[in-house]
Amino acid sequence: MKQRATAIAIFWALLLTTMALRAPSFFEFGNLRDIAVTNASALIVATGMTLVIIAGEIDVSVGSQFAVASVIAGTLVKAGLPLPLTALITLFAGACFGALNGFLVTTLGVPSIVATLAAMAFWRELLRWITQGAWVQGLPASFQWMGLSQAHGELAILAASAALFGAFAWAMRHLHCGRAVYAVGSNRESARLAGLPVPLITFSVFTLMGALTAVAAVLDSVRFSQVQSSAGAGLELKAISAVVIGGTAITGGTGGLWGTLLGASVLAVIAPALTFLGINAFWEKAIQGGIILGAIVLERVSKRGGRRAR
Amino acid sequence: MRALKSVSFDLQAGEVHALVGENGAGKSTLIKVLTGAVQADAGTILLDGETITGNSPQHSRSLGIAAVYQQPAIFPHLTVAENIALVNEPGRAAARVDWKTRLNTARELLKAVGAEIDPSREAGTLSMPEQQLVEIAKALGANVRVLILDEPTASLTEVETERLLGIVARLRGQGAGIIYISHRLDELSRIADRITVLRDGESVATRAAAETTSKQLISLMVGREMASVFPKRSVALGAPVLKVDRLVCGSADLQSATFEVRAGEILGIAGLVGSGRTQLAETLFGITPPDSGSVSVNGTAIYIKNPQQAIEAGLAYVPEDRRRHGIVGDLPVRANTTLAILDKLGNTTLLDQAAERTLASDWVTRLGIKTDGIDAPANSLSGGNQQKVAIARWLATNPKVLILDEPTQGIDVGAKAECHRIMCDLAERGLAIVMISSELAEVLGMSDRIAVMRKGEMVATIDRADATPDLILSHALGHGGPA
Repeated sequence: MKQRATAIAIFWALLLTTMALRAPSFFEFGNLRDIAVTNASALIVATGMTLVIIAGEIDVSVGSQFAVASVIAGTLVKAGLPLPLTALITLFAGACFGALNGFLVTTLGVPSIVATLAAMAFWRELLRWITQGAWVQGLPASFQWMGLSQAHGELAILAASAALFGAFAWAMRHLHCGRAVYAVGSNRESARLAGLPVPLITFSVFTLMGALTAVAAVLDSVRFSQVQSSAGAGLELKAISAVVIGGTAITGGTGGLWGTLLGASVLAVIAPALTFLGINAFWEKAIQGGIILGAIVLERVSKRGGRRAR
Repeated sequence: MRALKSVSFDLQAGEVHALVGENGAGKSTLIKVLTGAVQADAGTILLDGETITGNSPQHSRSLGIAAVYQQPAIFPHLTVAENIALVNEPGRAAARVDWKTRLNTARELLKAVGAEIDPSREAGTLSMPEQQLVEIAKALGANVRVLILDEPTASLTEVETERLLGIVARLRGQGAGIIYISHRLDELSRIADRITVLRDGESVATRAAAETTSKQLISLMVGREMASVFPKRSVALGAPVLKVDRLVCGSADLQSATFEVRAGEILGIAGLVGSGRTQLAETLFGITPPDSGSVSVNGTAIYIKNPQQAIEAGLAYVPEDRRRHGIVGDLPVRANTTLAILDKLGNTTLLDQAAERTLASDWVTRLGIKTDGIDAPANSLSGGNQQKVAIARWLATNPKVLILDEPTQGIDVGAKAECHRIMCDLAERGLAIVMISSELAEVLGMSDRIAVMRKGEMVATIDRADATPDLILSHALGHGGPA
């Protein structure tokens, strides 16, 4: 994990150095702030995804959950509910979506990739059917930027994301349940024999994932005057990529949120960097893929070397 | 560790040659060498006077050596005919399947072993003995010259056993050489022509079956001085801590177990592999909750349905397979040490890292765990030290009863001696210890009393003073009479 994170950090530093030399305007405050605000919700989803993956599971339904949560939030606000209540209801709905995944995985024993793949299709299609693809438009002005000025609204989004991320990073290290998540992902059977409530832990992780996705959806929606029913498309890939790039083992048990922050940061700057360098934006995904592959190959190679030395 | 040291052994055409020996005597390894699953370091294998070189599973098959293992290795989702064809239709990947021939071949082979099984049935739906017959049919189809049967009757009833012995006799009549491995000594006198006894990876004797009694075989199997010295100390025993009365768990094949362990006592549990020793431990610990029977700790009856409750009641279980069930390899040593007491560490809501470090360092010192520090991941440690970490985790729960399942399996001699020393220390401090071990010397050397399991039942309990290898093995094999 350390090697992968180091490799990524080096890549990131190189990229930023290139930017500093070739396009110094990239570092203007306004640009950096825009990048951060745009990616805040992805970081929150990646935070939840880190827990899910450390616990040895996966959730590919977060993009669809995100879309449903966004539409719920938009609809409620349009119906005249105040923002705090809207946020609370959306949060609750998101937790329920996550809990449903958790139920399928723990109680019914459906492998998480299958359960969440089904959830992904189900929520997306259900939304398409109900909204008929229509956007939720004409959101009240009190919703946008949470009724604040744009500058303050953006600050609020960043503060909320940072607080959530910080809270989870702290909890994973300093709470029993954080340790338990690692133990379950590393060796489920040992964890069970050690008396840990393995199903409850797995269930909770999925529920948290859903709740965090809903929070991300609300924070993202306030940036616009309408909610697209296609919101969150590809979000699951972005979140999983951030986690994996950050050094968390896809098989569970190792890794951490600081790595995910690094991974999310790298992913966040690629697209704008390309724009600034005048490279076709079509390259973004290819470069993303290359980074993931490169990081993992590098880690494999150094690991094998380490084994031999031992 | 060397599983096989030196084995000499010959098999004639039309002969049933039995192999016997304790757990770990080297029977399985010998089979693996013959079938090419592992390579011998030295020595030769001759078949019809020709040396087999570069043996591999494919090569040995093509020479007509086939093995049927205790656990049938069938493919449950394929039909019986497909299972049989898989090894017998030499493979051109693109060749078309002739289903008719395939079914007919299968039907004939099944008839040859006297099995009435529809070859188009899915193999997973067959009973265990039926699967075994399919395995034998499969072996026959490969034009077998040497057939190896590894405990073929272990899971069979009397009637099925009779039938299998009939088939073996018929095959012998057809000129095949048969290597027959079994713990059921009475079977051997009926079916085997000669019997070779393996002990500690060496062949110690080959006898004509007709002239050998079960008693002689047992003493040949055991026949050694205690190989190592055990640091057993005599400890004044306290009151009974764990009492188990007629514990039964059908789903784990635990028929009945009754015993008690006193404070400071080490109760050894002996028995063959598959005799239900691990199942007993798992039932006690709530992994497979019991159907009936009672368990009490310090006189209080307890009902255990899951590991959490077992831990609450003061039980601790260090499982057999430490990599799979013991340590959590990715986590550091300190986290492994505290895994079972997470909620009791320091103050209740936060994970008290300082308390964890103190506790882990303390156990590392007390048990002499060799590690690069308490932050090193557990899977960077040697096997013996991983085992100590697993033990430390359970000692940290401050248990009243410690159950150790094969505590020294696969660890080196030094670490083994240390584990034994630790066990004695713990007993001296009044812990009640239940030690499951396949190694007779260890059971004899470390236990105050020895309970013997056979076929899911606790069949005898022997005091240290009366225990001899012969007596234990007799009970384990079912030749001990009523105890």
